[in-house]
Amino acid sequence: MNPQGLMDGLIAGATIGLGAVGITLTYSILRFSNFAHGELISWGAYFALAVSALLGAAFGFLSAPIGPFSFGWALPIAAIVAVLLNGGLALLVDALLFGRLRARNSTVIIMVMASFGAALTLRNLLEFTFTGKPQYYTNALQIAIKLGGGIRATPDQLLSLLVAAVVVLGVHLLLTRTPIGRSMRAVSENPPLADLSGVNVRQVVRIVWVLGAGLAAVAGVMAGLLIQIRPEMGLDLLLPLFAAAILGGIGSVPGAMLAGLIIGISEALAVAAVGAQWRAGVSFVILVAVLLVRPQGLFGRPE
Amino acid sequence: MTDGIVLSTSGLVAGYEIGLAIVRGVDFELRAGELVTILGPNGAGKSTFVKAIAGLVPIHAGKVTLGDTDATAVPAHEKIRHGLAFVPQTENVFATLSIADNLRLAADILPKNARAGRIDRVYGMFPDLSDRAGRRAGALSGGQRQMLAIARALIVEPTVLILDEPSAGLSPKIVGEVFWRLDEIKRSGVAIVLVEQNVKAALAVADRAVILVEGQVRHEGTAKGLAEDPLVAELYLGARRERVAATA
Repeated sequence: MNPQGLMDGLIAGATIGLGAVGITLTYSILRFSNFAHGELISWGAYFALAVSALLGAAFGFLSAPIGPFSFGWALPIAAIVAVLLNGGLALLVDALLFGRLRARNSTVIIMVMASFGAALTLRNLLEFTFTGKPQYYTNALQIAIKLGGGIRATPDQLLSLLVAAVVVLGVHLLLTRTPIGRSMRAVSENPPLADLSGVNVRQVVRIVWVLGAGLAAVAGVMAGLLIQIRPEMGLDLLLPLFAAAILGGIGSVPGAMLAGLIIGISEALAVAAVGAQWRAGVSFVILVAVLLVRPQGLFGRPE
Repeated sequence: MTDGIVLSTSGLVAGYEIGLAIVRGVDFELRAGELVTILGPNGAGKSTFVKAIAGLVPIHAGKVTLGDTDATAVPAHEKIRHGLAFVPQTENVFATLSIADNLRLAADILPKNARAGRIDRVYGMFPDLSDRAGRRAGALSGGQRQMLAIARALIVEPTVLILDEPSAGLSPKIVGEVFWRLDEIKRSGVAIVLVEQNVKAALAVADRAVILVEGQVRHEGTAKGLAEDPLVAELYLGARRERVAATA
């Protein structure tokens, strides 16, 4: 295998993995496939774009590149603000749409259809606000550095890999080592029993929205930094995200991340072997294969 | 608290849908350290009654009082903070969590400095659980799961413990152990409401019994008195008609 292909796949897979962690968390607790998750990725990227532009305009020195990276301090600060704003956006969508449907005990199919509607609305709002023209956090060009073994990567790409690893480790520790993580796992398995155990299920649902949207924002900023920012960027990621969430096993954070990397690498291999036009088909093939052969995914348990 | 009453309901009407009451005007009292069993034929509303007390079934009318607190509108997740612990009939442990995490989850509502001590105390009561602390609860046998469910409920040192058919699906030997535990818990001062189909075992361990029929209290009295009442046994507890005739 071409080592550069492996590296490119890992970098793309890190973004997919982060997004898939958000999908798997919301799916396992809210119990429906949220097809608007891709739009949360896009909104996260645009929130960071708007805030970093504002910061750059107000404090010019924040736009000066940090060390070998292509961006200044404005972007990391904007990314943190974007995480919070995206969490607020997810709570707003829940309050206006999903929460009302849950209160009416709506079926899963209604929730899924509502998420399609939410996705369309959010995507068109982005296009209306920011136009459909591709945008960038920075116009600075980066030269890939040699890592040995014929592999090259830009400092931005390496940082993205590191950020993804740290965030996923943080979410994994949150779920396995903290009271709120236990509450989330309990609600995921048995909401009425969690309720009886003193867990405020509504609060857990709110936390999951904020966490999922926060992860989407990080994925969006990474995708925006490494590729470009477009209103459809989240939509384009949706199939790989769901393929990774299902391949990893619904509810498994490490599984979603590992599966994201597997899909990223598989896509890179497919591009090298059969051409870029087949990239999107890889996720579809993996998704169908997993559903047929091992529907519980790599780390899931059979029903 | 009035006369040691830790839980009471007055005129309780409850059911899953408005206009379809399953529990129809139940008055009930439970005193500290007392074990009261709720008996009755299938569909009598026994489980719905205790689920309504726990906050899992909507209350249409009437009142639930826990200690001195009107708990009618208190949501289920807050009831445990008012001293009410509930052990459901099925799916009463988190199968994907370890035994230790099941107990930690229950202890999470306590102040941080009290959690470890309470968990250790429960491990002391149920040493089998302590030996398997890291094992997934889903890998436990039915009896072990029931013990874990009871242990989980006891972590918060409740004043009232409600159990919905704890003997369901268990072997007679394990049922005996569960009821022995309940007797021990009762002696520690916890008031217990026990919904049971296993009438003989329930009456053997209970102080009082309440018989629900079609969502209403049809009989109540001491467990011993009801156990010896042939008419009650015939009508509500499944005794054979011939035996009643012979005793009458």
